[in-house]
Amino acid sequence: MSDDAALTPLHPNYVKVLRIGWLLFTLPFVVAAGIAETAGLLPTGSFIVPVLLLGAFVLIRVPMRRYHARGYQMGQDRLRVVRGLLFRSDTVVPFGRVQHIDVNRGPLERIYGLSTLVLHTAGNHNASVSLPGLAESDAVAMREEIRAHVRRDSM
Amino acid sequence: MSAATGQQAGGWRRTSALGFLVRGIVALRNVVLPIVAVIFGSRGADKAGLFVAAAIPAILIITFLSAYIRWRHFRYRIGEDDISVESGLLSRAARSVPYERIQDVSLEQALVPRLFGMVEVKFETGAGGKDEVKIAYVSEAEGAALRETVRARKDGEISPDAGEGGAVAEPEQAQALFAMDLPRLLTFGLFEFSLIVFAVLAGAAQQFDFLLPFEIWDPDAWGDLLAGPGDWLVHLGIAAQAIGIMLAAAVLGFVGLATGVARTALRDWDFRLEQTPKGLRRRRGLLTRTDVVMPLHRVQALKIATGIVRRHFGWHDLSVISLAQDAKSASHVVVPFGTMEEIAPVVATTGFTLPDDRTDWHRPSAKHRFDRALFSVAPMAVLGIGLAAFGYFWFAAGAGLAGAVLAFRQHFLWLHDRHAMDARQLYIRRGWLAPRLDIASRVKLQSVEVAQGPIARRRGYADLVFGLAGGSLAMHGIPLEDALAIRAAVLDSIAGVDFSRLPE
Repeated sequence: MSDDAALTPLHPNYVKVLRIGWLLFTLPFVVAAGIAETAGLLPTGSFIVPVLLLGAFVLIRVPMRRYHARGYQMGQDRLRVVRGLLFRSDTVVPFGRVQHIDVNRGPLERIYGLSTLVLHTAGNHNASVSLPGLAESDAVAMREEIRAHVRRDSM
Repeated sequence: MSAATGQQAGGWRRTSALGFLVRGIVALRNVVLPIVAVIFGSRGADKAGLFVAAAIPAILIITFLSAYIRWRHFRYRIGEDDISVESGLLSRAARSVPYERIQDVSLEQALVPRLFGMVEVKFETGAGGKDEVKIAYVSEAEGAALRETVRARKDGEISPDAGEGGAVAEPEQAQALFAMDLPRLLTFGLFEFSLIVFAVLAGAAQQFDFLLPFEIWDPDAWGDLLAGPGDWLVHLGIAAQAIGIMLAAAVLGFVGLATGVARTALRDWDFRLEQTPKGLRRRRGLLTRTDVVMPLHRVQALKIATGIVRRHFGWHDLSVISLAQDAKSASHVVVPFGTMEEIAPVVATTGFTLPDDRTDWHRPSAKHRFDRALFSVAPMAVLGIGLAAFGYFWFAAGAGLAGAVLAFRQHFLWLHDRHAMDARQLYIRRGWLAPRLDIASRVKLQSVEVAQGPIARRRGYADLVFGLAGGSLAMHGIPLEDALAIRAAVLDSIAGVDFSRLPE
């Protein structure tokens, strides 16, 4: 496994999950802008227009860029997880060092058939490495493969 | 086992009967405040004496009764593959810990239990320290036997049946590795200079200022004191005042040194480190004596540190970073204060090697330190310009000086930080005035992360952060290609290792 090799992208539905997350985040601001608008302190549209523009930009651009920033690479004996837009992080966990594995499914993820794979290690740093946005079947398959390694290695 | 250990059906045992007495006495410490409160609260009330005479025995009886009940309802069992503990009167809690989950067994003796020859046995489970299993209190012999039994069962050396009857605690042949005699302890104490006692006094004064005869926090009161009875102080003249200040400094210095010596003596009295078949055994402490065994195969990394002053006298300390490092308090210092000649054999015992002349040291990226210097100077520059604009030229000069010092600090850090890698280990040296050296085994690392912030990405350097069980390990600001090369090498050595020979 080399560092230059192409990363496997996450499931496209992950963008939608991120988008809904951002929508929930921007909603309070839009509501606040709406209230400020009805108060009529400044000319019409001076609150709601910039907030809506910014919100639309965030909703369209940020999840897409985040999605493209993330990726993983499943090797023979290790998993590489890359994430982060501004602060890039590129983590490799050898299967032989995995303590246990979780496959988590949040309510949003369940709607879109996604799962988050979490590898727990004994290290204080990166005690758990999570890889969101995997198709459910992929996550389970990866868990089984890693588990086979863990079992064999600990014998 | 001894008669004091009530053996019950099904292999259940109780702690020593004396234990409840010890527990009660220890609990008395928490009762002192309520008793003081009772005495204070009843001042001036009618029949105060009668009330106090009734309340104090009641408090004492409740304390000892609850200690007795806790003792009566606490039992433990050394089972075939786990150790079980049950406690509680109304809500019973039962916990069982499999032997393979027990990282280490430590014995602890605080002052009161020590007077009665009792120990507290702690099983470290790696569950973050809060939920560790404790058995308090058993006799010293029983504690040692318990530890031996659990260790032996854990290693699978002894079949469960052979464990009963106390034939387990075979004396181990131990080889002394390091010990501190009194002169060394005193020297160590001098370097542990501490003014914490003043912080404690200030805190106490704040808590109990209502008891003091004057207003300690009121400057006017002090002014009155100086003007009135302390008037002679003001008229002493410059020389006498200078002598006074020097005296005060001397007192401060003396108190600091005395605190350091006292704290060190309490903690590291009769420090002994031995190599036993089960690992490194450390005993230390004056009032609370602890006895810890660190299994060698659980040592993940070593840390050699020093201090700003003691470095010039050649004193260093060595600690092991171990899997069983649950609580922060469980510090695994194995040589608290020694020369490198004394540390070297201990390092050899742990199976690690110190860097030598052939070690191929590398520096972090100069760009990283340059950027850091820029970041520390920039706020000072802004501050200085702002101050100068408002006419505070002296303050502006001060800000400029601080900025220069910060920039120079980054330069010296760059000169002193370095890292190296050989076939088995990673070496990381950090720090300028008090440098520390981390030595980690390549195969015992858990994960490797290359992290880059926005500036680092533009400038081509990265932080390399390793997952280390029980500690942290990182190389900061090294060139990206170095980081990737080190990561590839470390990952290959982890993957290439024969797992059947690697413990945990």
